[in-house]
Amino acid sequence: MTPITLLLIALGLALAGWLAARARAWSFQTAPEAPRLAARPNYHGWYVALWIIFPVLAFILLWSFIEPQLVMQAVLASPAANGLPEFGFERDSILAEARAVAAGQSDAVFNPAAQAMVDPFREAIQKNQWIGIAITIAIALVAGSLAFLRIKPDFTARTRVEKAVMAILLLASLVAILTTFGIFASLVFETIRFFGMVSPIDFLFGTFWAPDPMSNPTNPDGSRYGAIPLFWGTIYIGAIIAMIVAIPLGLMSAIYLTQYADPRLRAWLKPALEILAGVPTVVYGYFAALTVAPAIRDAAVSIGISNASSESALAAGLVMGVMIIPFVSSMADDSIAAVPSAMRDGSLALGATKSETIKRVLVPAALPGIVGGVMLAISRAIGETMIVVMAAGAAANLSANPLEAMTTVTFQIVAMLTGEGSFDHPATLSAFALGLVLFLVTLALNFVALRVVKRFREAYE
Amino acid sequence: MTVIHPNLKQLDAKMSAKDVSVFYSEKQAIDNVSIDVPTGHVTAFIGPSGCGKSTFLRVLNRMNDTIPTARVEGTIELDGEDIYRSGMDVVQLRARVGMVFQKPNPFPKSIYDNIAYGPKIHGLAESKEELDEVVERSLTRAGLWDEVKDRLLDSGTALSGGQQQRLCIARAIAVDPEVILMDEPCSALDPIATAKIEELIAELTDRYAIVIVTHSMQQAARVSQRTAFFHLGKMVEYGQTKDIFTNPIEERTKDYITGRYG
Repeated sequence: MTPITLLLIALGLALAGWLAARARAWSFQTAPEAPRLAARPNYHGWYVALWIIFPVLAFILLWSFIEPQLVMQAVLASPAANGLPEFGFERDSILAEARAVAAGQSDAVFNPAAQAMVDPFREAIQKNQWIGIAITIAIALVAGSLAFLRIKPDFTARTRVEKAVMAILLLASLVAILTTFGIFASLVFETIRFFGMVSPIDFLFGTFWAPDPMSNPTNPDGSRYGAIPLFWGTIYIGAIIAMIVAIPLGLMSAIYLTQYADPRLRAWLKPALEILAGVPTVVYGYFAALTVAPAIRDAAVSIGISNASSESALAAGLVMGVMIIPFVSSMADDSIAAVPSAMRDGSLALGATKSETIKRVLVPAALPGIVGGVMLAISRAIGETMIVVMAAGAAANLSANPLEAMTTVTFQIVAMLTGEGSFDHPATLSAFALGLVLFLVTLALNFVALRVVKRFREAYE
Repeated sequence: MTVIHPNLKQLDAKMSAKDVSVFYSEKQAIDNVSIDVPTGHVTAFIGPSGCGKSTFLRVLNRMNDTIPTARVEGTIELDGEDIYRSGMDVVQLRARVGMVFQKPNPFPKSIYDNIAYGPKIHGLAESKEELDEVVERSLTRAGLWDEVKDRLLDSGTALSGGQQQRLCIARAIAVDPEVILMDEPCSALDPIATAKIEELIAELTDRYAIVIVTHSMQQAARVSQRTAFFHLGKMVEYGQTKDIFTNPIEERTKDYITGRYG
């Protein structure tokens, strides 16, 4: 409530500053024998407005941390606080309840003891609200008038505003990068906790995966945390079965689209293929679980494999492969199209047929780009979650039989984090170790793939 | 329409074009050109940019087929066979009529594989030894063997521009063509590399019918025995090279030769 009020006040003041500064700049210009302004009046307006907004925003951020503590101090100092329990859960809940009522978030208290605290809270909140507004206005006025006083005809407001714009853009891009680091740091932190309980050797090389979230968390059985079956399942489904589907289909469709298709047909087919990339993965997931998996089981039963499971690595891998086709085909398409037409002409002029030219010249020349595309596709496939959650099953089997249920790293992360174990149990923490492994592998794949693709681009520029 | 210089001897035509017109969509690029190209001679096509000489060259081995809007009228014969007749095997045609392009375009493969590419797809070599022999012979004929014999497995794209162009000529020779079309083969090369290519063309003259498109009149004068001058899609004058350069009949040819335009 309060921060929004403050923000509105700040925006209002900034608008006022903008108008005032612009008007002042205009007045320089319209005066007789006006000197030439170093920046247009609008820039003077923005200069003052930014000088108001930024300090106030910084204050609001700070205030939203300080204010609750100031309120709490005031309340605890009031005589009504004497009747509170000294420590513990009850004291906290009474305070929280009273605060909620005072702030207007709930209508009445359950605990009668909290009733007495409502008024002190209300008073303190109100008092602090006024303090906040006053400081906001004061900061805005001081910063705004300091900025305003600098406005002169030869004041270079434009370059300063441009610098501020650049700073804002830089900040925006830093957010994404810092978030990545933050994610990585949190993964590492939790993973270290996990490895404090389960040995990394058990985790990375063990072949039996059955964490028990109900077991004694202080003394976990390391032999139940072998992640090899998960790594195998991930690779088998995402990098083997899916790629057996996606690489030939993607490559062949790219070849058809770049070399054979009529331009009008291509204008239709290419977007149609790219729609595949826009289908939500959960839709692929139930397609795999409800349509493909039963069909595979029935087919397996009909050829005499009686113990075929209705959840299989094959179903998940096939559907994942279809999902990945557009990635492979669009990368291959770009790479083949990037091969200079002089290569194609050179081959045709030697009497090579179209398919010989494609097979022996175009595809080999485009190979680095195609490989890069495939690696990106693999990193996408092994990070894929919904399809395997819905279609691959949960059993951590270390098997090469595609008809068996298998499980993947992503599936187990979901299972461990949504399980009933407490948050500091090794079974739950294992999700972070799995996540870290996945993160590092996809990071490495992306890194290598982008390097390969970049090299390839350079080779033809 | 075309002025044939009276000194030009009638020879057996390897390739013969009769009333050839070429259109890109509606735009006419070549207007009614007739010319005979004999074996054992270099025939040069000269003319200002956009005069249609490259288009006409590409029509001779049907490379224009790769441009969907291109359309050819008239007849072009190779040893008396119409190459635009239905049922003509373009693959066989291009094996017999090779082409060297303006910019050297070696494949991103090894030097060996660049040369072996054509013989392999046409099944010209039965064994590895035969293939080795074809590669050596082609590189030798292109004057490149001594420079590359120790690094046949290096990439063809790692060679210098002039070497790349000789590699492309060797590649064309390797499939044993009868006609070699060269589309400004020296325009991307420095003078020393150009001199080597010209020397090479002179050595190849005996065995093949060579047609070369060039921007440089000096080059046409140096390497060719016959010259055709193209202007605005028409073939203006055709004759022995020395006649065209010293004694042109047509006013436009004279203007171009003396550098009045072009």
